[in-house]
Amino acid sequence: MAGLLTKFGHYTHAVVRGIPASLATEALRSSQADVDLDRAHREHAEYVAVLRTRLGLEVVELPADESLPDCVFVEDAAVVCGDTALVTRPGAESRRAETEAMKDALRKLGLNVVEMTDENATLDGGDVLFTGQEFFVGLSKRTNQRGAEILADAFKDYAVSTVSVTEGLHLKSFCSMGGPGLILIGSSEHAQKALKIMQQMSDHRYEKLTVPDDLAANCVYMNLPDKGHVLLHSTADMFPESFKVLEKLQDYTLIPLSNSEKMKVDGALTCCSVLINKTANI
Amino acid sequence: MTTEAGTETEVKEKAEESAAQPDQSEKATEETKEDVTAEGDKKEKEGKGISRYLPTWLKKQKSLNQTSPTEDVPPSEEQKEGAPPEVNGHAEEEEEDTEEKNETEKSEQVKEKEAEPSAEVKEETEPVKEEKVEEEKSEEKSAEEETTKAASEGDETEEVQKELEKETAKAPAEGEKGEAQTSLFQSPLKLVRKNKMKLVVCHVTLLDGTDYTCEVEKRVKGQYVFFKVCEHLNLVEKDYFGLAYKDAHDHKCWLDPTKEIKRQIRSNNWQFSFNVKFYPPDPSLLSEDLTRYLLCLQLREDVARGKLPCSFVTHALLGSYTLQAELGDYEADQPKPLDHMNQLTFAPNQNKEMEEKILELHKSHRGLTPAQADTLFLENAKKLSMYGVDLHHAKDSEGVDIMLGVCANGLLVYKDKLRINRFAWPKILKISYKRNNFYIKIRPGETEQFESTVGFKLQNHRSAKRLWKVCVENHSFFRLNAPEPPNKARFLTLGSKFRYSGRTQAQTRVASSLIDRPAPNFERTSSKRISRSLDGAPMISITDTSAGENGREPHLELNSDSKTAEVEIEETVVVQEVSKATKPAIVTVEQVPSEPPVKVEEAMTVAEDETAPKRESVSSESESEEEAEYHPNVHVSLSHTQIPEEKEEDVEEEVEEEHVSNGTPVDLPPVTQDTPPIEVREVPLETPQSVAQPKEDGVAVEEEKPVAEVEEEESTDDPMVTPEEAPNGLPLADDAPDSPGQEEPKINGQPLTVETERHPQVICCTEPPVVKTEMVTISDTFAAQKTEIATKEVPIVHTETKTITYEAAQLDGNGDAEPGVLMTAQTITSESLCTTTTTHITKTLKGGLSETRIEKRIVITGDCDIDHDEALAQAIKEAKEQHPDMSVTRVVVHKETELAEEED
Repeated sequence: MAGLLTKFGHYTHAVVRGIPASLATEALRSSQADVDLDRAHREHAEYVAVLRTRLGLEVVELPADESLPDCVFVEDAAVVCGDTALVTRPGAESRRAETEAMKDALRKLGLNVVEMTDENATLDGGDVLFTGQEFFVGLSKRTNQRGAEILADAFKDYAVSTVSVTEGLHLKSFCSMGGPGLILIGSSEHAQKALKIMQQMSDHRYEKLTVPDDLAANCVYMNLPDKGHVLLHSTADMFPESFKVLEKLQDYTLIPLSNSEKMKVDGALTCCSVLINKTANI
Repeated sequence: MTTEAGTETEVKEKAEESAAQPDQSEKATEETKEDVTAEGDKKEKEGKGISRYLPTWLKKQKSLNQTSPTEDVPPSEEQKEGAPPEVNGHAEEEEEDTEEKNETEKSEQVKEKEAEPSAEVKEETEPVKEEKVEEEKSEEKSAEEETTKAASEGDETEEVQKELEKETAKAPAEGEKGEAQTSLFQSPLKLVRKNKMKLVVCHVTLLDGTDYTCEVEKRVKGQYVFFKVCEHLNLVEKDYFGLAYKDAHDHKCWLDPTKEIKRQIRSNNWQFSFNVKFYPPDPSLLSEDLTRYLLCLQLREDVARGKLPCSFVTHALLGSYTLQAELGDYEADQPKPLDHMNQLTFAPNQNKEMEEKILELHKSHRGLTPAQADTLFLENAKKLSMYGVDLHHAKDSEGVDIMLGVCANGLLVYKDKLRINRFAWPKILKISYKRNNFYIKIRPGETEQFESTVGFKLQNHRSAKRLWKVCVENHSFFRLNAPEPPNKARFLTLGSKFRYSGRTQAQTRVASSLIDRPAPNFERTSSKRISRSLDGAPMISITDTSAGENGREPHLELNSDSKTAEVEIEETVVVQEVSKATKPAIVTVEQVPSEPPVKVEEAMTVAEDETAPKRESVSSESESEEEAEYHPNVHVSLSHTQIPEEKEEDVEEEVEEEHVSNGTPVDLPPVTQDTPPIEVREVPLETPQSVAQPKEDGVAVEEEKPVAEVEEEESTDDPMVTPEEAPNGLPLADDAPDSPGQEEPKINGQPLTVETERHPQVICCTEPPVVKTEMVTISDTFAAQKTEIATKEVPIVHTETKTITYEAAQLDGNGDAEPGVLMTAQTITSESLCTTTTTHITKTLKGGLSETRIEKRIVITGDCDIDHDEALAQAIKEAKEQHPDMSVTRVVVHKETELAEEED
């Protein structure tokens, strides 16, 4: 069956990218914490291992590019839904080149690649929340209206609603999908406000799961054969209170991942991979 | 977008409108004087006057023979001409010019007539006088009554003839436009009777691209052709479909099933397309494969035309299901593949790549039956974000281009391709339009204190109205358990009375579950499809036909401001409470000198009871193009337990109360009180707005079936006509739209109260000074006893004329007797014609006798070019068919005429 009937959260492939040494010093960030590059590497290796080994995804690992300090955060470079991949035009000038390698990789995977060529458009994948039924695009410092329009044009099957992101880097800096129809949301005021807007804008009903920490609301949800609901989440050490909430999810395989170093440069769990469902492609 | 307290906005609007009224008020005053002066002539005129207002078919030849222009022309014509453009809907505008011309020509006549009516009304107000009048008219009446009987039996032939006559008469003068306008000049000019029915060939483009042609009588309503098409298609689940036509501006419009076709299309081109009107959110719930097949055909076209956007993959997938359904399993050796596909359009930008993809997918569908392929097609199509979304171009308050999408769930706002806002139906308290503005009043959010109103600018008034109608229909279909109730007692003559008249989705689902027939065989004929002329254009056309509007604007300038139609939808308990609160206000209105306070209490009680249960009330406020605002309220009780949705109308400009009160002295001291259950009849009202178009007609036919012997007593109860004098009227007048301050309360409260079934319902019509109201009541021989004639015209010093009639049809032994039960209520409203059927069952204890009275009241109200006679005859006929054992007790024809500005 095709796109619209595809089960939400089912993925076969993942595209990831290595961490350049420049990440520690040159990656964009909103805080000034020092990044422990070694630790970042270890965390990332674990992340990739989970995808490849534990979850059985076919992982395409792109080499790091020293000239692109943020290149590990592949999510911002492309939005993939069904067999269509929209290669974005990242809002940060320094990141525009990240899309090149991504574009090639997606093409190799046989996806229908759509490029965002409009010079007035910017879009970071981190601002795109796909719920399985529709898209929400955060209008943020990195993403503008035009970028959202192009995304809507690329994925005509789905409604694309805009949500203004007043605080935080991206829309997904405080939310993510926790399952079909389940939105994980941070408890901050702006997060809750954004959730309300999303709920109002949608014809679908979404459950919400509010976690105390905004950053902990960014998880990677998958629904895999033989594994059922899988949720990659930040470790209990990082967000103990939020973990207590996530723990309540029934019938989920919770996989904690340490992400402390990347988080220093605004990297969340979803940022580090582009997930693809090749079987969904007709 | 602009957000402001809804009420405030409304008030402003009203204020504006009221501002325009002063002129009229003066006129009214003058007229009043004239009336007085004319009193001497009254009697003479009465006979004629009344007969004038009778349906032509009631008059028989007698009336036909009357040649004097003054007498003949008036009744139907005036009213019709006066119809506010809004009422008619899209088509109206075009007519206006013509109408105006005619009006001008006849303006003198009209004046005279107007004066007469008022005089009549006065007299009638007093019961005693009425009798006299009746006697005088005895001759006519007897004749009329006979006619009535005949009509009630369903004398279609006569109607037809009538129609023809009209046409004939007008044809010469009007030329090409004659067809559409014929209705305007009807009865008066009937000079010749023809025995032939005029037939028209009707072309309907079906979903498979084929044409269905049928010959229909020219007068038929939209539903006639629709049913014929459904019959042709063997379609049972027809409520999701409709017939569409293109208006003069090339906009696709839905044919109103309750309205005559010729009055809607306004052209000689009887070309329609059969389309899906309401896209079922879950097609799998449809009962029959045939229905799904037709839905598929519609969607294939929507997809191919780009109206329903989808991705490449989805295009291919849908296309492959289409192939499977039409051609069966893929066969490699078959020659068809691309050959076939060339004939089939699957996507706006269909290319070879897509065709190959389609074929590839087609192979994978091996084994699927056509029905299964259709089902899978629909399962995918229904998930598309634009499935079932009807888009309309608009601008937000800042002038930014946006699109408004109406769908099953509510109203969506798009900017470019992005959804920037969404208003679910439950969040919307009121939908209205005024001129080219479209407003929705939003329920306050959890943290908000006040309702807010969001406004959008449409291209023109027509667009706003079209959007409004689509909203009303979609809301009704998808959200209500039953269509809005009969517009209950109150109709607005002015403004759009438009309501969805068909079955709701809930009802059609129930009906579908009862379908008991073997699955119909049908042939899939998609290959026949060719591009269709009607569907060619997307629903949204940016075409601006401002020219047309401008043309008439000069005349209607004042009026143009007032075009507003609103439907308030209230779904929360809170709302109900609000409405209750407002009741008091209504009560005030009801209190007429003759009414005892007790009555008020009853009414209130009833209202509350009703409120408690879930009911849905829809009130629409409509304004004619002119300044008048109209707020019809409709309340309906739902049998299902859903969240009650209430629609309220805001303010009523005109207050016309018709009250049927039991004249019986014997009854409880507070005779008036007894009447609680009383039905209120709606008389067509005219608002000041209608200045340009002065006429409105209302015809009410009431059927009463006395179950108990008590009937006679009832007769005793002869409806009294309570004339309201200026004093009485004043309160009402105050309530009138003129006073913005008071409007607010009304808005909230009135709708509910009124709707409460037929208690002393108050129908308020405030008439502009210029407007004159005449009511003629004809009692059936059988039910003569019961006959009530209540008409009053009270010219208010302020320049407002109010007609308040209290009609008490039922006797309540006890003041607390149950007000009666509203069994069924149905309102079919179209722009120009409103038919409300209300069945009211009342049990009354009177002196130990228990009486059960079943009243079925059919009220037909029309503003402009309604053919009353026809409508009345039809209504009577239908009623007779349904209830052979009931008798027609009363036929009331009420006409209101306003002098047109042309006088100036």
